[in-house]
Amino acid sequence: MPEQKVIAPMVGKIVKVNVKPGDKVKKNDPMIVFESMKIEMKVVAPADGTVKEVLVQPEQTIEADTVLAVIE
Amino acid sequence: MSEFLSELFQKVGLTHLGWQNPVMWLIAAFFLYLGIKKKVEPLLLVPIGFTVLIVNLPLTDLTVAGGLFDYFYVYGLENDIIPPLIFLGLGAMTDFGPLIANPKTLLLGGAAQVGVYIAFFGALLFGYTIPEACSIGIIGGADGPTTVFTTMALAPHLLKFTAIAAYSYIALVPIIQPPIMKLLTTKKERAIVMKQLRPVSSAEKIFFPIMTAMVICLLVPAAAPLVSMFMLGNLFKESRVVERLTNVSQNELMNVVTIFLGIAVGSTMVGEKFLQSEVIKIYGLGLFAFVCGTASGIIFAKIMNLFVKNKINPLIGSAGVSAVPMAARVSQKLGQEADPQNFLLMHAMGPNVAGVIGTLIAAGIFIALAT
Repeated sequence: MPEQKVIAPMVGKIVKVNVKPGDKVKKNDPMIVFESMKIEMKVVAPADGTVKEVLVQPEQTIEADTVLAVIE
Repeated sequence: MSEFLSELFQKVGLTHLGWQNPVMWLIAAFFLYLGIKKKVEPLLLVPIGFTVLIVNLPLTDLTVAGGLFDYFYVYGLENDIIPPLIFLGLGAMTDFGPLIANPKTLLLGGAAQVGVYIAFFGALLFGYTIPEACSIGIIGGADGPTTVFTTMALAPHLLKFTAIAAYSYIALVPIIQPPIMKLLTTKKERAIVMKQLRPVSSAEKIFFPIMTAMVICLLVPAAAPLVSMFMLGNLFKESRVVERLTNVSQNELMNVVTIFLGIAVGSTMVGEKFLQSEVIKIYGLGLFAFVCGTASGIIFAKIMNLFVKNKINPLIGSAGVSAVPMAARVSQKLGQEADPQNFLLMHAMGPNVAGVIGTLIAAGIFIALAT
């Protein structure tokens, strides 16, 4: 199965990372919690797979389109 | 001696209590409870709640001419100082990027003002005068400082009702809007994922407040006090050369003015004047206005979808009422409920900030026509 990137939908700040490399995720599982304009939102898995890499950590600020994690 | 005692007795507040006093204490307690325990708009409800309590203790004389709270009211509200200063702070916090990236959303901000006009005609039917009806209608824009500004210009005796109604509905956005939004949209529409917004250059962001201020002041001069301060605050932010002024506008100055606003608005709520059937009528009309604004924003978004190639999620239409950013948050929440991959927050900020501008213009038109 090809790699799939988990992408930040907008600018914000990472609040919590729920997954680590090796974790299995299902489509729409919450992976990363981030905050933008004082509202917390969840970035969910775009597809079923295994987490290959997590590229962000809590407190980190992110831009739109930042790659947050990679699953395969 | 007995004369002296009876005179002293007359000067004790306790002997002057009427039925209105305990009722107003309950209202004050309710505001304080909401603010402190429920964290609903605490920055406003804590000062307002406490002030309502104090001004409803007899003989305190804080609200008569020359009383302490009267100065806050006269200098801050009668002289139109507080609402424009709040707009300065709002401007320094607002990002017009989403609106510049997708100018179509300006129309949604306009569509949601329909509620304002519907409530205006509703208030006329209820027998209010034109200036009064304008002040009541503007509640539908769900914009606190604009409501205060309009009411002070047209019908200052209604301030105690309209200001509280406007701020109540802003606080209730997450409760009032979702049922209307769900009623008017299908799950499929709510799940529409919108194309990501293009990046906006800093030059565009600098020109926007300058051009907008010019255009609106030329067209609707009565809105100039609010729009000029709003856009000045935004220019501070986007120019990126006066960070100190940006910070003071959105933090210290905003906080100071918020205290003055809370006291000035709270001090108008004296029991004998506040507890009238008017309260219920104005609250009802305000709610009706707000519901109509939410609905017309959504319906207009659906109409736009008949013509545009990149479909708009109708949930962002309701963000055209100006409660920033609460209304945009509601759009985000319902969008993600329908599809977890769906992020509408930034898209909803377009109509949301456009709604502020729309309400400003509506207020300017009202003031120009009714005075």
